[in-house]
Amino acid sequence: MADTASATVRDAITTVGAADPAKRDFLKLLTGSAVAIGVGAIVWPFIDSMNPAKDILALSSIEVDLAPVQEGQAITVVWRGKPIFVRNRTADEIKGAESVALNQLIDPQSDADRVKAGKEKWLVVIGICTHLGCVPLGNKVTDPRGDYGGWFCPCHGSQYDTSGRVRHGPAPANLGLPPYTFAGDTKIKIG
Amino acid sequence: MAGLHKSEFENPVVNWIDTRMPIFTMMQKEYGSFPTPKNFNYFWNFGALAMISLAIMIATGIFLAMNYTAHTSLAFDSVERIMRDVNYGWLLRYIHANGASMFFIVVYIHIFRALYYGSYKAPRELLFMLGVVILLLMMATAFMGYVLPWGQMSYWGATVITNLFSAIPIVGEGIVTWLWGGFSVDNPTLNRFFSLHYLMPFMITGVVFLHIVALHITGSNNPLGIDVKSPQDTLPFHPYYTAKDSIGICVYLLVFAGLVFFAPNLLNHPDNYIPANPLVTPAHIVPEWYFLPYYAILRSVPNKLGGVILMFSSIAVLFVLPWLDTSPVRSARFRPIYKQLILVMVASFLVLGYVGGKPPEGIYVVLGRVATAYWFLHFLVLLPILGKLERPLPLPESISRPVVRRPPSSGGGGPLPQGATAKPMEKP
Repeated sequence: MADTASATVRDAITTVGAADPAKRDFLKLLTGSAVAIGVGAIVWPFIDSMNPAKDILALSSIEVDLAPVQEGQAITVVWRGKPIFVRNRTADEIKGAESVALNQLIDPQSDADRVKAGKEKWLVVIGICTHLGCVPLGNKVTDPRGDYGGWFCPCHGSQYDTSGRVRHGPAPANLGLPPYTFAGDTKIKIG
Repeated sequence: MAGLHKSEFENPVVNWIDTRMPIFTMMQKEYGSFPTPKNFNYFWNFGALAMISLAIMIATGIFLAMNYTAHTSLAFDSVERIMRDVNYGWLLRYIHANGASMFFIVVYIHIFRALYYGSYKAPRELLFMLGVVILLLMMATAFMGYVLPWGQMSYWGATVITNLFSAIPIVGEGIVTWLWGGFSVDNPTLNRFFSLHYLMPFMITGVVFLHIVALHITGSNNPLGIDVKSPQDTLPFHPYYTAKDSIGICVYLLVFAGLVFFAPNLLNHPDNYIPANPLVTPAHIVPEWYFLPYYAILRSVPNKLGGVILMFSSIAVLFVLPWLDTSPVRSARFRPIYKQLILVMVASFLVLGYVGGKPPEGIYVVLGRVATAYWFLHFLVLLPILGKLERPLPLPESISRPVVRRPPSSGGGGPLPQGATAKPMEKP
């Protein structure tokens, strides 16, 4: 029985293939698409399971109380496992940052774009050097702050100014800005 | 015998690789044109299904391990975190948990196939014994995996099973302490179980490879249990059996998906959603369903050491099965008495499974003892003498000509239609 059945099937395949190649191509395409969609649907849960889980996303915003930070001081807080520098800038530092001509900058951006309007003394940046991910020095008064009074990265010597903008390579970009909002005068919510 | 392989593949890249390392030629030989008996029924799907099961278990297991913490104070919560917080963690865990059940269902049917059609007989004894090794490795892996969620059943299952070794005279207690890495099932035990649970699937993969090597030397058995006589008796593995296996895989995945999406905890115990408590044993402590028959054998014997020995013997007996069965005829289709006995054996296995899930009292003890007795009677007494007493039905001349007329009641494949016998198929 198997003999005749398989022979019939083979004949049928040959006939169909010979008579209408477009039909066979269509069937192949259809099968291929079904396989691709099926594999994708199976693989996606595996890949997505490696994305941040719900409990990790739930920890992705923090509140920081700014009241204890004196003028000239900076603190480091942890947001999503990264250091966030919060600096209470002095009037001189603000003026220094605002007066730099944009064409002198490696990654041109005005100081006003890096702080919230009316809250110019608070600079909030992600404390990770844009070169290769080290944490720059400069939050403590005793730290080296480089030639521009901001931060100095000990790994490869990048320097940032009092607006967190890169002034000396090898870092290609300014210190990143986390999303944050002011919740009152002395409190911010990061994330 | 060093030297480049002369590859016949036309694709230049494939040819270049194949010339230096002929894996394409090997795959073509072992899974493409591999001559396979043409009369397989769907029982022959279960080897492929077992391979699929193993692959699914390893894939889901690797991703679960990324979120699991093997520490007594964190393990239970990390599993709950997988269920609630990790993206698709519930899916991965339910696939993994039910995958263990699917794996055992498939493997038990695979073993039944081997027993019914005499696939363990010469020259496939080693192939069968490697299969029994895989079964034992699977059991160890499943047991240790069940401990990892660190629920009540995990903890007490681990305690009971490791305590089996305390039945060994003199050294027993020492062995149990060594297994635990302490004086009770505790953090060191959980840590090593996690390590071994991750290792053993890859050992299984290795033995599966040997199992397939042995299979491709002897060739597959078939429902008639007679040897392949000529190329006319075979079909190339691809596309004929890749297609037939695909149908089986679809049905398998349907059942699997049904379990995962509609009854994910059907085969689980609610007690395992209670965190492990070393001070309180659950009222009804039973193993996972696939261990129930052995558990019933253990409980049938009112002696600690005796029960443990009998339980391990129930599987060990399979290692010598090829020599216990003295009949030269493989397939039960041609063994009228064996055909009845193997059904009784399956019934005794099912009764043991049923009894294993019931409290050890009253009728269940009696049933368990009768079934245990039959299990050993079957393998150790009936099979050796049956080969001498039983008169097998006449065997067909070849797979292509199973034209021996049998009464319709005996079941199995019918005679070939006239055209097929009159005009033998031409094979390339």
